[in-house]
Amino acid sequence: MLGYYLRLAIKSFRRTPGLTALMVAAIGFGIAACIVTLTVYHTMSGNPIWWKNNVLYAVTMDSWDPNHAYDPSHPQRAPDMLTYRDATYLYGSDIPERKTLMAFLLGSLSGAPGQTRPLPVMTRATTAGFFHMFDVPFEYGGPWAAAADRGPEPVIVLGRKENDRLFGGADSVGRTILWNNLRFRIVGVLSHWNPQPRFYDLTASGGGAFAKPENAFVPFRWGPTLARWPMGTMSCWGSAPVHTYRELLGSNCVWITMWVQLPTAARRERFLNFMNAYWAEQRKAGRFQRPRNNHLWKVSQWLRIHHLVTTGSRLLLKLAFAFLAVCLINTVGVLLAKFLRGASIAGIRRALGASRRQIFAQHLLEVAILSLAGSVLGLALGALGLRGVHAMYAHTINAYGAVAHFDPIGVLWALALAALSTLLAGLYPAWRIGQVSPATHLKSQ
Amino acid sequence: MLRMQDISKIYRTDLIETHALRDFSLRVGQGEFVAVSGPSGSGKTTFLTIAGLLENFDTGTYELDGRDVSRLTDDGRSRIRNEKIGFIFQGFNLIPDLDLFDNVDVPLRYRRMKADERRKRIESALDLVGLASRMKHLPSQLSGGQQQRVAIARAIAGDPALILADEPTGNLDSLMARQIMDLLEKINDMGTTIVLVTHDPELARRAQRNIHIVDGLVIDSPPYEARESQRAARAGTSPD
Repeated sequence: MLGYYLRLAIKSFRRTPGLTALMVAAIGFGIAACIVTLTVYHTMSGNPIWWKNNVLYAVTMDSWDPNHAYDPSHPQRAPDMLTYRDATYLYGSDIPERKTLMAFLLGSLSGAPGQTRPLPVMTRATTAGFFHMFDVPFEYGGPWAAAADRGPEPVIVLGRKENDRLFGGADSVGRTILWNNLRFRIVGVLSHWNPQPRFYDLTASGGGAFAKPENAFVPFRWGPTLARWPMGTMSCWGSAPVHTYRELLGSNCVWITMWVQLPTAARRERFLNFMNAYWAEQRKAGRFQRPRNNHLWKVSQWLRIHHLVTTGSRLLLKLAFAFLAVCLINTVGVLLAKFLRGASIAGIRRALGASRRQIFAQHLLEVAILSLAGSVLGLALGALGLRGVHAMYAHTINAYGAVAHFDPIGVLWALALAALSTLLAGLYPAWRIGQVSPATHLKSQ
Repeated sequence: MLRMQDISKIYRTDLIETHALRDFSLRVGQGEFVAVSGPSGSGKTTFLTIAGLLENFDTGTYELDGRDVSRLTDDGRSRIRNEKIGFIFQGFNLIPDLDLFDNVDVPLRYRRMKADERRKRIESALDLVGLASRMKHLPSQLSGGQQQRVAIARAIAGDPALILADEPTGNLDSLMARQIMDLLEKINDMGTTIVLVTHDPELARRAQRNIHIVDGLVIDSPPYEARESQRAARAGTSPD
């Protein structure tokens, strides 16, 4: 019967091409609006390392000015970053399974075969734990050994794009390159890796939450060793001068991000106790004069407190669904009118032996085809919409520009949701026509 | 074939009740050609819709082809309509965007018949009504008489035991009407029971038996048993 119903549906569409186009367009536009907003929302609210949500923690301690909160609009929040003194002390703990410190440096790469000009690169000074903790994938080689952090040894990990530029994409592991005119040995080349949001550094100076990862990675200690000032966000308080690198290391300035991997609640508890003990000891020495505010943030909490799911995107999402609802209500109205206009034919079919279920199935298939056609149109319009959003924001650091890509999971969700809701919306008109009393329509002939 | 006993049907609105049929009893034998006539509003069409299981009734019993169909489910009634009853309407009731083949195909589709079998039946039915050569035409390309012949083909394609015809010549001129009646007689001669609702005495006279309804009551009908006895006497057998 499916083939028969399909033929009838096509005849029905041909009978009313204008109405059919109107319904497909209404569904398509509704779905497209949902695809665009759901994709943006999904990416912006997504946790890019959800499988480690319960073991990775961002470390914060409130070492800020006792008289003024770090963020006056959120006075209960500690700075996102740590001072050098606090970061290096906490990093010394062996409680975490893994741990990492990081800062953002500007650098340049030179000395590659055939390279004529130095290539400026955003460099993340970090520790070997970074690669292990964040499951960073490698095309060639791998992270440097933990011992290289202590030296520090002149080792470097390149991003894929940089390796393509400098070495034509070949395996460059073992080769050397100049980073800021110092010879570094390449130990690894990243494969494609673009966690969105870039959870491990959400600061604006690093490019914002939706920036791409850096192009080069060197051991953290190269910053202090070479006295290279961090280029990322750095906030200071107090009147002590910070003119030299030595002064920076002993200052109240916060500029280092720290993450730890704590696989069990017990370890988490132990590390927090460790932080609290350090806080108490430092307080006795005259630091940490604000109320104790030591915190370990899960990735999801970290993203939430940074408002990556903005009220704006939530509102947009609600509006998109409201738009889809309006489109569907219109479609239901048109379907109802169309089906009931054909009630006399349904009455004839009923008189000739069609059951209510068969009339319902015939019309439901028509709805399903409309829903499918609307979904295909919605998919195409959604792709165009995302491209449009991307183009509009491509030259800004606005998050929409960075996230407005065709995210398959977000699109699938939006599509399934919209197609299902269209089908559900079509149930009523199909049911109504199934309830047609044959006698009523035949008598009125 | 058809046995109605004390059937009543009342149409109710907020203000009034209309007794369309009251204690309506009727028997129609296998292979009979019965004409049901009566003035407008007498209950002829209500009788037909109840006989055709298109509508429920309030009280009484109804047996069709030896089976009590008084309290069937909607699905059950659909099945019986599909397998045992053929309808012919005054307004033809063909589906405008289906060609003749597909129009005749409609009841067979709901019987889930195989394609070969359906094709054979459709061709044979259209052949019987003289329209086999116009299978791919749309109803709008035919005259009224031809459209009614398609409706007859659709009614007989499923080989029903009973054909219910509601003023089948009402929209046709006298020549066309005669042709349609000839066709119905031919189908009746092949053994199909026909109940014809008409207000035209000329047409009614061509039926084997005439039933007159007024105000939902049968007021003039030669008893089925008496007629069967006459037939049996003529044939030298006993009734039923």
